[in-house]
Amino acid sequence: MIYDVVIIGAGPAGLSAGLYAARARLSTLIIEKEAAGGQIATTDEVANYPGSIEHATGPSLVARMVEQAEEFGAKRVSDTILSVDFSKEIKVLKGEKEEYQAKTIIVATGAVPKHIGCPGEKELTGRGISYCATCDGAFFEDLEVFVVGGGDSAVEEAMFLTKFARKVTIVHRRDSLRAAKSIQEKAFKNEKIEYLWDSVITEVKGEGLLESIVVKNLKTNEETEIFADENDGTFGVFVFIGYDPATKLFEGVLNMDGGYIITDDNMKTNVPGIFAAGDNRVKSLRQVVTATADGAIAATQAEKYIEDNF
Amino acid sequence: MIELNKENFEEEVLKAEGTVLVDYWSPSCEPCKALMPHVHEYEEKYGDKIKFTSLDITVARRVAIGQKVLGLPVIAIYQNGERIDSVVGDEATSKSVEELITKYC
Repeated sequence: MIYDVVIIGAGPAGLSAGLYAARARLSTLIIEKEAAGGQIATTDEVANYPGSIEHATGPSLVARMVEQAEEFGAKRVSDTILSVDFSKEIKVLKGEKEEYQAKTIIVATGAVPKHIGCPGEKELTGRGISYCATCDGAFFEDLEVFVVGGGDSAVEEAMFLTKFARKVTIVHRRDSLRAAKSIQEKAFKNEKIEYLWDSVITEVKGEGLLESIVVKNLKTNEETEIFADENDGTFGVFVFIGYDPATKLFEGVLNMDGGYIITDDNMKTNVPGIFAAGDNRVKSLRQVVTATADGAIAATQAEKYIEDNF
Repeated sequence: MIELNKENFEEEVLKAEGTVLVDYWSPSCEPCKALMPHVHEYEEKYGDKIKFTSLDITVARRVAIGQKVLGLPVIAIYQNGERIDSVVGDEATSKSVEELITKYC
């Protein structure tokens, strides 16, 4: 079967594109690697998406987006795309399970959390190093936790972690936070949160579980090793230092800048019939609200492209 | 799938004969919940060779930490009471979990 629109990725951008495309009565397929949701699915609180009040969580918001897209007839499958062929009028995606054909493609692959890139990080992932506070927060009941980063995610998740941890220390490379002022105000009032300014983690160590971290002060270049409390035996390090776009699949096919896909205001890439939406494209603000807007624009442009070309 | 807790972990996993898979998860771990249907599917397929179990870490946090599990998801393989292999965090996908299982079938 040749779909009108195939959407790669089922985060807010992909689901919004699915909703708009299916509502326009285009045959629409959304392909997601594992589960729907993208980054927002592991976010505890979504306070800044208009209308998402009464303690909307990432998962609850995503569940509603999925329901809405499916209600209008968008189909969803779970598969991993291995290669793409955009050279002909009908575009082809080769997945692990199947091959997909479509008149238009919306690339909504999003972004994945950045790692610190220091020695020990990989070995100790799941053993004290974490990138998901909602997944792993409960392990640290009454333990100490370090949060790396100073943006919205880092500070929001640090506050979430104070529900469990005895103490949360934000390790940030600058001397002030980058998070929204309203988030900062809340954080500065939280007595469980402390700060290590101008600092980065250069190594994490431990046998089986995380036992110590080496912190470097960027102003003095001094390195200090911080050990877990003897009675605790371990502690946690949660990393929120930004994201890398998930665009490897499209290298050499779509024009990019620093790994982010370049589009015009209509989400068009350099290849006719291929659109990009969400965190994987060059833009100034990467939020749920801009992702869903991208998805809507991409879908309506896909509809127009089909009208003009098929 | 055998549901584990503080009381039965030792008997079902550490003292068990043969190969045991433990799916460490929690209700607030979305990636874990996304994996779960696949793990159930693999139990149908490989359940005659490997014993499938799962542990909700919110009911047995200390047990999990005792097994050096401090982050989710973790799918671990035990033989003779020892954790000999696992896939962890964002490396735990439906594909990598099946590869892990077939190594011990």
